[in-house]
Amino acid sequence: MAEFTLKIRRYTPETGEAAYWQEYKVDLDGKRSVLDGILQAKDREDGSIGIRCSCRAAICGSCGVRINGRPALACHTHLDEAAKTAMGAGWNPPDQGQQTPAITVEPMGNFPVVKDLIVDMDAVHWKKIQRVTPWLIPAGEPPEREYIVPPESMIDVTQSMACIQCGACVSDCLSMEVDPLFIGPAALAKAYRFVGDPRDGKRYERLKDLSEDHHGIYDCTHCFNCIEACPKGVAPMSQIMRLRRIAGDDEQIVDRNNGHRHEMAFVKNIERNGLLHEADLLPDSYGGKFHPRAVPELLDSLPVVLRALQRGKVTPGKALRHSHKAPQDVKRIFKHVHDKTERYELNLYVTGYEDEEEAAGGGEGVPSSSPPERSPNV
Amino acid sequence: MKVAYWPGCVSRGFTPELHGSMAKVAPLLDIELVELDRACCTGAGVLAEHNQELADTLNARTFALAQDVEGADLMMNICSTCQGAQSECQERLDANTEYREHVNETLAPEGLSYRRGIVNKHFLWLMVEEIGLDAISAKVTRPLSGLRVGPFYGCYIVRPTERLGISEEQPRDRYLHRLIDALGGTVVDYAGVYKCCGFPIITMNKEASLKQAGRHMGDAIDAQADCVVTPCPLCHLNLDLQQPLAAKYSGRSLGMPVLHLPQLVGLALGLEPKELGLKRHVVKPTSVIDWSTSVVASAAA
Repeated sequence: MAEFTLKIRRYTPETGEAAYWQEYKVDLDGKRSVLDGILQAKDREDGSIGIRCSCRAAICGSCGVRINGRPALACHTHLDEAAKTAMGAGWNPPDQGQQTPAITVEPMGNFPVVKDLIVDMDAVHWKKIQRVTPWLIPAGEPPEREYIVPPESMIDVTQSMACIQCGACVSDCLSMEVDPLFIGPAALAKAYRFVGDPRDGKRYERLKDLSEDHHGIYDCTHCFNCIEACPKGVAPMSQIMRLRRIAGDDEQIVDRNNGHRHEMAFVKNIERNGLLHEADLLPDSYGGKFHPRAVPELLDSLPVVLRALQRGKVTPGKALRHSHKAPQDVKRIFKHVHDKTERYELNLYVTGYEDEEEAAGGGEGVPSSSPPERSPNV
Repeated sequence: MKVAYWPGCVSRGFTPELHGSMAKVAPLLDIELVELDRACCTGAGVLAEHNQELADTLNARTFALAQDVEGADLMMNICSTCQGAQSECQERLDANTEYREHVNETLAPEGLSYRRGIVNKHFLWLMVEEIGLDAISAKVTRPLSGLRVGPFYGCYIVRPTERLGISEEQPRDRYLHRLIDALGGTVVDYAGVYKCCGFPIITMNKEASLKQAGRHMGDAIDAQADCVVTPCPLCHLNLDLQQPLAAKYSGRSLGMPVLHLPQLVGLALGLEPKELGLKRHVVKPTSVIDWSTSVVASAAA
């Protein structure tokens, strides 16, 4: 048995009082969970602590909280691990190290709090899930017997199906922090589950909708927080990138948010120059210097550009020409890959990693690596 | 030490003071830079979003060019986004022999081939892991005493932790804190340290993009930082170049100087603000320049 201190964020909105921190000592083995700690404090000291939980085995997704500032399932975090991360949280110069700090437990971010550690999943998470029409809409009449689909296409969507709806990714989403209307990582990962399903008949409509929404797939800022937060390896951001890839490149959806235009402006910029030429990227992302959409955007950016020129940060010559030494070699690779009819994607969630022996050329009797997954979405 | 040096695009385009200050600082730390001038953009995540195989092939080409630099100990970059984008491609290339061979076939006409397991480190990682903070402290001639510095890492160099090799034994997500401390400065911990600058969505949702930049600079001001330091030039674009506009979107006045990593190191190693290109920033780093002159004045007294 060891003693741990839990510092729990308490808040009851109806009282009109501000949230506050309260510390509890718990007496448990370090391999027991933070949830066990919270429940012991609730049992022995204060029955009014609010926590939602059910399975206690990282399956139901009920006990999502923030532990030492990071989203996690309380039932899936060991007390000794949490005590260790508490030690590393916040900056203390090495010579003034902390004495066994308390493990902080607070409600998830980006959600309204119902009480203490319980957040309103309906107000945010489930509304956003509903937003993406989270059910299959098959094309045509249903077959007389079951739908037949190639196994690899179902393997492709298993990663998004692993979601347990805990809201950890939503809690840490940095786009949602400034734009609460962003559809968000969990719901967009769910959207991929249907976009990637060969039985679904509304792929184009789904993608068109999610691309055109100002708070849709192009509102993701690519910060990796959801990948880091997810306890189940769903990698919502990777699913959002796949939605973008299929929307823009396969379905040719040119959205009003300049998402696909920006992607193509970037790709062509590198193909042309080898290095990124920022001076062209901005106007091209809006459809070109003379595109009606580009004019107001460029005017808005004008003071910024002028100030940069004034400071000597950018000289027109330097910004427009930093020439590359091997443009033909780069162009050749672009052409070679773009000319392929089938896209070649390696999803490490599906294929896994080779061990050292395999990578070194394969030991005796060791089967060669599993073949890379070819995306069925081509 | 000799390194195959990948400077990235932005350091030679819109933040030339980064490339310039790195060139000034390298000899002081006995780093010999062999520039990979035939390599191309890492794709900054956008190429990978467009076509994974394309991004992996282009970066495999860069790795192969680096592996061909004679006598180089490793490959070094000076951009969080380059580090993250390259690490992502390297993870796939190293994880699967068949895939790597497939990519190498595309490189073959150029006589290049990527061999598994390249060591590619951002200048920040290289300083801590290869040179050592004690050795760096020993070279400091103008300790950053009294200078309050807020770290801003940039997403690509701190997440995902597993891919970037961040662990208890290798706490790369604390290196910027430790470095500021080793240079004699005061670390300012504020809410934005590990957050996103918003740059990737600047053309898609300018408001959401600049609200992020504005919020973090505001948080640094509230925590009484004199300046912020970032190892990422793309973050620098949103945090410095766009800061006046970010102030407009976030509804408060800002004016927080943002330094590139080699600039902060250079100051501590005795270089002058002007030769480090500090005058080229959009937000004038007056607090930092005043600090550097006050240190010189007090040393003379």
